[in-house]
Amino acid sequence: MTPPAREENVRPYGDKKGDGAVQVSFTLPVAKSAAATEAAKRYVAKMGLREPYVTLAESIAPEFTYFIVYARATHDVDMAGIVAEEAPAAALGREEIDRELSRRFGRRIVVLGCALESDAHTVGLDAIFNMKGYAGDYGLERYGAIDARNLGAQVPVAEVVRLVRETRADAVLVSATVTQNEIHVRHLTDLVDMLEAEGLRDRVVLIAGGARVDHALAKELGYDAGFGPGTTASRVAAFLLEELSRRAATASPA
Amino acid sequence: MTPKLGLSAAQIARCRDLAIEVAAGVRRETERFTTVSTERTVLRLLGVDGVDGNEVPIPNRVVASLEAAGRLGRGAAVWMGSALAAGAADSTAAAALLSDPARARALPEHPRWRDAVAPLVEATLARIRANRAERERRLAAHPPDELPLLYAIVATGNIHEDVVQADAAARAGAQCIAVIRSTAQSLLDHVPYGATTSGFGGTFATQENFRLMRAALDRLEPELGRYVRLVNYCSGLCMPEIAAMGALERLDFMLNDALYGIIFRDINPLRTLIDQNFSRRINAVAGVVINTGEDNYLTTADAVEQAPAVLASQFINERLARDAGLADWQIGLGHAFEIDPELEDGLLHEIAQAEAAREIFPDAPLKYMPPTKHMTGNVFRGYQQNALFALTSVMTRQHIHLLGMLTEALHTPFLHDRWLAIEQAKTIRRNARHLADEIEFRPDGRIVRRAKEVLDGAETILRRVAGHGLFAALADGVFADTRRPRDRGRGYDGVVRRDDAYANPFLEAWSQTPAEANA
Ligand code: B12
Repeated sequence: MTPPAREENVRPYGDKKGDGAVQVSFTLPVAKSAAATEAAKRYVAKMGLREPYVTLAESIAPEFTYFIVYARATHDVDMAGIVAEEAPAAALGREEIDRELSRRFGRRIVVLGCALESDAHTVGLDAIFNMKGYAGDYGLERYGAIDARNLGAQVPVAEVVRLVRETRADAVLVSATVTQNEIHVRHLTDLVDMLEAEGLRDRVVLIAGGARVDHALAKELGYDAGFGPGTTASRVAAFLLEELSRRAATASPA
Repeated sequence: MTPKLGLSAAQIARCRDLAIEVAAGVRRETERFTTVSTERTVLRLLGVDGVDGNEVPIPNRVVASLEAAGRLGRGAAVWMGSALAAGAADSTAAAALLSDPARARALPEHPRWRDAVAPLVEATLARIRANRAERERRLAAHPPDELPLLYAIVATGNIHEDVVQADAAARAGAQCIAVIRSTAQSLLDHVPYGATTSGFGGTFATQENFRLMRAALDRLEPELGRYVRLVNYCSGLCMPEIAAMGALERLDFMLNDALYGIIFRDINPLRTLIDQNFSRRINAVAGVVINTGEDNYLTTADAVEQAPAVLASQFINERLARDAGLADWQIGLGHAFEIDPELEDGLLHEIAQAEAAREIFPDAPLKYMPPTKHMTGNVFRGYQQNALFALTSVMTRQHIHLLGMLTEALHTPFLHDRWLAIEQAKTIRRNARHLADEIEFRPDGRIVRRAKEVLDGAETILRRVAGHGLFAALADGVFADTRRPRDRGRGYDGVVRRDDAYANPFLEAWSQTPAEANA
């Protein structure tokens, strides 16, 4: 038996507190054999899991065996020490955001949206921009105080930079869906680099979004915020309101 | 197969008549043009291949040079023939001469250019015929395939790694292997050369990669006791070139939609519709089954709302395909299981749409695509969505079944994702083997009503498209809610007006063999 978790610490729960029940599945590049199953158990042990129960060892190709293993985790995590990275923004409704944007800026905020270079996925971007919106939350085009310009997908980085200059954009929203071989990191970084090179980086709020994007990653790449799955336009608009206000406050020496 | 939905044969015939009008309009608007990609294809078919020191393919060099010399409008074949007749030793030497715009401009059109290219044309036609005969021979050597054909995707980016994955999938039961192309290859205005080992979300389609995968699948044939089909994508800016490479390397299926590149890649409509015709002619003679891409409409727009647009597009794709000489057994019309799983009776809608496609296109090897849009990180729910899809596929006698991956929302499939998918589809295919024979639908029931509604909707759309023309419909956003004006989009600058003496010996050879059976 594994020792029970400390009160404030957590550990996976199967059918009783502290049992550490987990399920893992993976393929080893070896032919199926008793030795392969033993290797799977040892592999799982190295993950810090005890009592491995190999429920499936299946030859899925001549030199590959697929395993499903149930086991018990012994380690735990201290909830107290955790601060989750999320784009900071109060939950506000569309009307309120619109009202505040007009009141504070007295003009329409120009927001560009795009997916970069080779990325042809538009559905996530459209969910944030289109009138219709997403999950019952209207898109940015519905906001009176926002001049929302959805440039669509496959937009070259240089073109975005040109449009930032030309439209005097307040914000650029980038959607990144294809992440294989870290291609999104490359394109997102290219945009930051080019904006910096042109002296435009500080003039715009830069936001990234996509199924594999989160706030921490976006910050790391030099963006102001990042939004992942399930994002709605009003959350993004609320962040824009806060960030633009913060910038206005620091820019104008009272 | 007895129809079960009671759809009106007269209404289906009306839809086909409207599609004829649509296709006639397309022909009228495109027949005065050729494209840089079509001419590069002619060069490839005449044996021009390879790249220069800067990795620029020789067919691109020649076409760029002919364009600069103002001579592309007559057709690349005329100048290849003239160069040969004037003394160039072979197609390589002729291409070298034509790659220099000054020499291309100075070269007179030779009165006997046709005689000079004739042996090259005949050699290529013979190779394509031989490939087709070999496929037929190999298929005939084994028992008939179990249907639906299980179709798996590999997409590692590295052709050698793809071979490992394809080998595993085929052994597990996959009957078709598709090598997904690298992200945005469709936007390249050239075809990369040689074996490739890096790509994003897929592997570059190159002739050498085709050859390597073909050889790997052929090696498996004796051991598996069946022929494994190889699939690639002839879409995008190099659509006909890839069709040519596929014909030369004995690919079996080609994704080849008339509208996909326009709608999803913002490729110019004129360019695409010209190129699709030539690529389909190649596929027709090569005995390739094309797969159309209507499934994609359902990923951007709502699957219930878009069902009539899918059916309308199938009628148009069918007509354009027949006009390019494809027989019905070669027209793998696409559709998909993409309805939101939260919807009540969603499965009934799916069955209605799949059965309607089956009955309306009885001889087409329908390509049925799995859920993708509503797949989420809940892989267990995803596995269940895929099971409903596989059941619908067997129950409505689909022909090509693209395996649904439980990790669709996460990544291109891992080795065991694919294995799980094959196991699932095999289990369902076995368990429901004769389900289709046992089923009848209530004449006044939900499934029959839905099928009729979709057909009505398709007729309305076709009427509108026939009235305004396909180009106007594309500009209006009739398909997948996406607007594509005729003179915009990528590759428009590669559309070239034919001059009066334009010639393309391959088009001429293939236009003489329309599929009379479908007239
Ligand atoms: C639809 C789709 C397509 C359509 C796209 C059509 C279109 N116009 O968008 C088509 C068929 C064209 C397509 C093609 C390809 N696709 Co695709 N596609 C999908 C699919 C099925 C759904 C994506 C989607 O629309 N989700 C719905 C939206 C609403 O969700 P979302 O994008 O996450 O958006 C939300 C949040 O992330 C966020 N958000 C997103 N963007 C932004 C931006 C900002 C600024 C903010 C604030 C928030 C935000 O808010 C949104 C709403 O909550 C996924 C699989 C899946 N189920 O996820 C694969 C998928 C994304 N595709 C994939 C691939 C590889 C491709 C191809 C490269 C395949 C190929 N080799 O040909 C091609 C090429 C495309 C290209 N050049 O980019 C992979 C990506 C793998 C990876 N992680 O790299 C996936 C995961 C499928 C897979 N398992 O292989 N695809």
